[in-house]
Amino acid sequence: MRSIEPVSSGSPAPGGPEALAELLQRSSRGDEQAFAELYDATAARVHGLALRVVRDPAQAQEVTQEAFLDTWRTASRYDPAKGSALSWLMTIVHRKAVDRVRAAEASTRRDLTYHHRNSTTEHDSTAEAAHASLEAHRVRSALATLTDVQREAVELAYLGGYTHTEVAQLLHLPLGTAKTRIRDGLIRLRDAMGVGQ
Amino acid sequence: MTENHGDQAHDLAGTTELSHALVGAYAVDALDEPERDLFERHLAACPDCQDEVATLREAASMLAATSATTPPAGLRRNVLSQISNVRPLPPLPVQTVAADEDEPAVDELAARRGRRRWATIASAAAAVLLAVGLGVAQPWAAEDLSPSQQVLQADDARSTSVDLGKDISARVVHSDSVNSAVIQTENMPPPEDGSVYQLWFERGGEYVSAGLMPVAEDQTVRLDGEARGADGVGITVEPEGGSEQPTSEPIAEFDFGPAA
Repeated sequence: MRSIEPVSSGSPAPGGPEALAELLQRSSRGDEQAFAELYDATAARVHGLALRVVRDPAQAQEVTQEAFLDTWRTASRYDPAKGSALSWLMTIVHRKAVDRVRAAEASTRRDLTYHHRNSTTEHDSTAEAAHASLEAHRVRSALATLTDVQREAVELAYLGGYTHTEVAQLLHLPLGTAKTRIRDGLIRLRDAMGVGQ
Repeated sequence: MTENHGDQAHDLAGTTELSHALVGAYAVDALDEPERDLFERHLAACPDCQDEVATLREAASMLAATSATTPPAGLRRNVLSQISNVRPLPPLPVQTVAADEDEPAVDELAARRGRRRWATIASAAAAVLLAVGLGVAQPWAAEDLSPSQQVLQADDARSTSVDLGKDISARVVHSDSVNSAVIQTENMPPPEDGSVYQLWFERGGEYVSAGLMPVAEDQTVRLDGEARGADGVGITVEPEGGSEQPTSEPIAEFDFGPAA
């Protein structure tokens, strides 16, 4: 009885890169093929964020799916002059994920196993993830330029989906100061990543 | 550029300074609803804040690079089949601010000024896009696809999922046109020592071995044998080396249901 060989779930990636903005604009004209390419290029990033915020895999899948459907429907509203396509897409999924956790105060996401589970995050074999991991390295370097409080505030707000009021409580900060830490942290992150200015 | 928010901004809410302070929290959706409403009224009239929101969102969105996770294959199929039934909206008329609650706030409220800065951002973002773009799958060049991908991306691919609890899940994707099936697992615990997971095609109550599963939590494995005509797939725990026929009840069964 022979074993079957596992195969990579990634696809070969021949051909040159095509900018996401272009794919999004083609999608706005009803080009389903362009949208499929957009999906393949961004799904791991989009789903990873949904999963990070809502935690529950089934709900994260719903959020990811809704976000992509919204992206398809509203693709014509994307303006490349206002930012990258990736940022636009991530904003959609983030808002949906946050709305989801706030609508249903989920006990699972406050699970104490969070840090443990999080430290053994899934390995991902797709080409996108491999490239994303290069960027992850850049992000970690950029995060190192933040103060501890700034970094925690930004992560709790963006990746944890908490309001600035909740972040203040979690970090034992005086009410009203968390929003300043979040903003200062984001500004440092932005400048360290070479975004803007 | 962190301060100097221009007193020239006309603020409908009359709380300019307070509103400016919310820009970071707004960019990462960390305002509660009343604050969000308040800030969005301010934002509509404050180009500096629009600009800052956009750049801070750009930075925040990169944080997600640390947690990329490929969604299940069935999700792709769902999304791509559903978009066929959804009409893309037309572009917004020029110079109009939409008030549609359904729209993502990001575009209508984003900067109308600050194209100069976006040139810089675009170059930073280009590096990201390039990285991501290189990984773009080319699902339309079937001859380049691995056998598993041919199944996963086949037009007639159908996914059957089983939730095994504790975040353990498995799905079988099969395609009659490719005449093959693929199983994908997440968080699958290893079998007990001395035993293996064996896969089976089921046809009219008869079981035919589809091979042994390698031990790995998350993997994509193509099954041995032909998927066409199968009623489903099962996984059993068998003694090391596998069995000719199942010797135990399946731990998971994937019922293909009636043929499409």
